[in-house]
Amino acid sequence: MNPDPLGFIFLDAAIINNFVLAAFLGICPFLGVSAKLKTAVPMGFAVIFVMTVAAVCTYAVNQLLVYLDVPYLRIIAYIAVIASTVQLVEMVIKRFSETLFRALGIFLPLITTNCAIMGMALFATAREYGFMQTVVYGLGAGVGFMLALVLMAGLREQLELSDVPSIARGAALTLLIAGILSMAFMGFAGLGS
Amino acid sequence: MSAPASETAQSMDTFLKGLWRQNPVFIFLLGMCPVLAVTNTVINSLAMGVATTFVLFMSTFIVSCIRKIVPKEVRIPTFIVIIATFVTMVEYVIQAVSLELYDNLGAFIALIVVNCLIMGRAEAFASKNSLGRTMLDALGMGVGFTFALLCLGVVREILGSGTFMGIDLFGEHFQPWAIMVLPPGAFLVLAGWLIVFAWWAERQQRRKLAAEEEAVT
Repeated sequence: MNPDPLGFIFLDAAIINNFVLAAFLGICPFLGVSAKLKTAVPMGFAVIFVMTVAAVCTYAVNQLLVYLDVPYLRIIAYIAVIASTVQLVEMVIKRFSETLFRALGIFLPLITTNCAIMGMALFATAREYGFMQTVVYGLGAGVGFMLALVLMAGLREQLELSDVPSIARGAALTLLIAGILSMAFMGFAGLGS
Repeated sequence: MSAPASETAQSMDTFLKGLWRQNPVFIFLLGMCPVLAVTNTVINSLAMGVATTFVLFMSTFIVSCIRKIVPKEVRIPTFIVIIATFVTMVEYVIQAVSLELYDNLGAFIALIVVNCLIMGRAEAFASKNSLGRTMLDALGMGVGFTFALLCLGVVREILGSGTFMGIDLFGEHFQPWAIMVLPPGAFLVLAGWLIVFAWWAERQQRRKLAAEEEAVT
């Protein structure tokens, strides 16, 4: 059992060791979906939601794996659980809210291959978090992802109006901004310690 | 007479396109997480590249073998289980060979399983092509991926700690550019490489245009 208080776990996942900018998890959707604020915000909410649900599920699965003493099945079990969670979340949202489903629809399948979810599950296991700690960690990781995504989308929308040299357009420019954002997030390094 | 020759050329092309023209990292921006996360030293980059290539090769090999038996509806879960099996093997092998390397790469060994490069090749190439071509394609993509990792790893290690594969290059007066081994360095170095490649491509294009104009006049 890890003794970290819940508030620190949340801050650590969301800001100090931001999942995208410091731990390099979920870079693909971060680069892919950050062009417009209008898509970045729903994607962020979808990730927060799936992260929290996946945190609960992977915690339960890990307890089962530990009980059965089969740690070598962890990767297979986690990826299966995450894929099914995403499917389940998709079905539940479709059943209860058509509008929300239409807003999040296309992003949900993308989340399965989001390594942030898998990374969150693996890190939570490695740090031996308890149940509440895992849930808060998942929530913090989701919030951190959304924070990075929305910041990036805002910057990229502004940059569309500026005159950038042709060789630096596209992915290179996005990565440069990500580097600068990452430097800014390094400033939080001493927080909470 | 010419058929075997063109076949060889074609298989060569299947292999080579992964290295440069369809480089998974520099052209398609696939599998970015390990590219950015573990390239702080040359050794880590090389180990990650080799591990990913192994998983890619073995999984696409199996996927290509069973591509006619697996029903279309369950192919994605099947691919995931195959990939996860090889990732688990690689994880235990690395842990057995070098604990230091295992600690350095951390969760990113397990995260090979969600590397979209592997899933992408399994789905887009291995599930549709013959065994031989799949093997060449996987090798090409794997080598291309390793090459990209090394491009980042070499620059980051030399600038960030003044060493190459642990060997001191500049002596004690070198002031390391610490940001290069920290997270922001990964983004900046990759952006730098993309700009270099874009500049190179643009220059080639300009020269070609100039040559054509000269030919016309």
